[in-house]
Amino acid sequence: MLNQKRRFASLAAAALAASLALTACGSDDGGDGGDGGSEGGTFTFIPKNLGNPYFDTSNAGGEAAIEEFGGTYEQVGPANGDDPAGQVQYINTATQQGRSALVISANDPDALCDAIGEAMDADIPVVTYDADTNPDCRDIFVNQADAEGIAQAQVDLIAEQIGDKGEIAFLSAAANATNQNAWIELMNTELEENHPDIEVVDTVYGDDDDQKSFDATAALLQKHPDLAGIVSPTTVGIAAAARYLSTSDAKGKVKLTGLGTPNQMREYVKDGTVEAFALWNPEDLGYLAAWTAKALADGDIEGEGDSFEAGRLGEYTVGADNTVLLGDPFVFNADNIDDFDF
Amino acid sequence: MSTLTHPSGGSALSRVAKEVLRSRELAVALVLLVLIAVTTFKSEAFLFSATGWRDLLLTPSMLILLAVGQTAVIITRNVDLSVGSTLGLTAYLTGRLFIDTNLPIIVVVLCAVLMGAVLGMVNGLLVAFGRVPALVITLGTMYIYRGVFLTWAGSDRINADDMPRAFRNLGTESILGIPVLTIVALLVLGAVGYYLHTARGGRELYAIGSDPAAAELYGLKIRRRVIFAFVLSGALAGLAGAVSAARFGTVSSSVGTGVEFEAVGAAVIGGVAIFGGSGTVWGAALGAFLLVTINRALPVLGISDFWQQAVVGALIVGAIALDRILVLRQEKKLVAARDDEPTSHATAPTLDPVLPSGATPADRSEPADPGSAGTDPKEGHR
Repeated sequence: MLNQKRRFASLAAAALAASLALTACGSDDGGDGGDGGSEGGTFTFIPKNLGNPYFDTSNAGGEAAIEEFGGTYEQVGPANGDDPAGQVQYINTATQQGRSALVISANDPDALCDAIGEAMDADIPVVTYDADTNPDCRDIFVNQADAEGIAQAQVDLIAEQIGDKGEIAFLSAAANATNQNAWIELMNTELEENHPDIEVVDTVYGDDDDQKSFDATAALLQKHPDLAGIVSPTTVGIAAAARYLSTSDAKGKVKLTGLGTPNQMREYVKDGTVEAFALWNPEDLGYLAAWTAKALADGDIEGEGDSFEAGRLGEYTVGADNTVLLGDPFVFNADNIDDFDF
Repeated sequence: MSTLTHPSGGSALSRVAKEVLRSRELAVALVLLVLIAVTTFKSEAFLFSATGWRDLLLTPSMLILLAVGQTAVIITRNVDLSVGSTLGLTAYLTGRLFIDTNLPIIVVVLCAVLMGAVLGMVNGLLVAFGRVPALVITLGTMYIYRGVFLTWAGSDRINADDMPRAFRNLGTESILGIPVLTIVALLVLGAVGYYLHTARGGRELYAIGSDPAAAELYGLKIRRRVIFAFVLSGALAGLAGAVSAARFGTVSSSVGTGVEFEAVGAAVIGGVAIFGGSGTVWGAALGAFLLVTINRALPVLGISDFWQQAVVGALIVGAIALDRILVLRQEKKLVAARDDEPTSHATAPTLDPVLPSGATPADRSEPADPGSAGTDPKEGHR
């Protein structure tokens, strides 16, 4: 039958409508009985999102600090890490509830400013940690690390691991990544000044892509047979490089360090590919943020130049732009990596 | 036209030899060999160290899988841009299944393939029934699948110690000096290549891509074939997702971003015509091999990162330009051959319909060259 065609082309493209309704989860704003009531005050932590191991770790530190000084800890936050509107909602609620202080990791530098302004108008101090807003819309930012500290820690690690001499290379993220380039420049300066026997032979870019970083590591090893070490100041890069090294002839011979997270690196620290790597300790970050919030709430500090006690971490002074610097990066190795889960 | 589709008078052997010598596959293979030779000359470890040899074979395996699937789709005059997102989703699924369940490795891999096939099926159904260009549909599903992935995974990441060691070892283990993943890719390549070359369904894919209207008139089940091509592409992307998880040991939400263009690029470099109807998976696989190896070789050769993408781009443009030149040359030859025909017809008008096939070798000796060029249309070269 030649002319038995012409069926109805039923257009089913409407199925495309994938309604990804991100209902801003109706959270249980936990301790509504606790405000004003407890003498230490109620401190509200608003991380970028809930269920994120990194913030679980840092906020556990915050909770520990609040317990130490006898306050009440509460944590609220959006389900998604790119949801400033969700955070605004929680800031507004906390403001109405008259919390003692807010500790926020901002999902957006600008979008939260109005809500934070309302909180500050109600005499509620606002501390940002991990991710800052614009400096003029919060009280104090608790900074996890500064560029010099990050560069110094990585240079120290690689110098120690390769015996302070030999060829090393950098495995960076994107060629135009500002922070990466700043760190690498600082590391180069530090190496030139204090480690004359270490020669930087190459800087390659993995674009924070597993495969590209992986291949870039392979290429580095082939191009520089005498390579002694690789420094990768990016979490994706160091994990990919570790994965490559762990399965190659160079395992253990070529040292690898940089900035990584314990969960990503656990396997490679345990199998001996990586001796030690750096990052800040998020637990300490949350701990310090809580103490900063308390100092603000108690009126002990107001801004730049003021000092306060932060429990077991000791004394801190508020620096330029009203920031508090946590300190030198934390070094993870086989002995302590199992204490962390993020 | 039928006159020109008959083989020239040369022996079967010389015809095959000529075909091979002219083929894009050989050209790509030669470029690949030269590249490997030059790089090895520069750094022996590129080929002769155990790791170098393994990487040489292992690295392309993922892209080969994608390029094979992509070829099946492109041949039907469609394209599948969603494979990168599919790969990401299935890689994450693989990791999740290892974390949340105790399923054996083979079942997990099959789940990944199945999920890829389902995602491919969605593409196929939309393209076949929606009558919207595949470029648009799969561009849409590329974003949708990636969005679903981001929503599902969020900031979560699958780390090496989340997956069983036996599975990750698959990413590096070798059998008789050939990495397991490469063997998987070659088996898939062989199966799909055989199907496209010999099976009726495979040949119909070429027919559909050569001339969809004619294929429909002829009564081919176009929709079914096109859906099949997308399902194949999706399933292979799913397999590639599992391969990616095994090899890199990490799955973050950016996995597979942009890899769809590498897959299309590999196919184009390997001689698969972007407008369908022509090309082989062998070529696409060689194209993938070349693309991946270039990316690995350029840093060893000391060519800066910034130039690598430009070189790959130049290669793609070069491949297309070469295609165009060959097509033009062939058209010219075909026209010349057609113009020659009437004169030979004039001498024996009565034999007109049968003359070409009945011509004696002596008769054909003169236009043998154009005649042999005419063998290409049979391959579906447009």
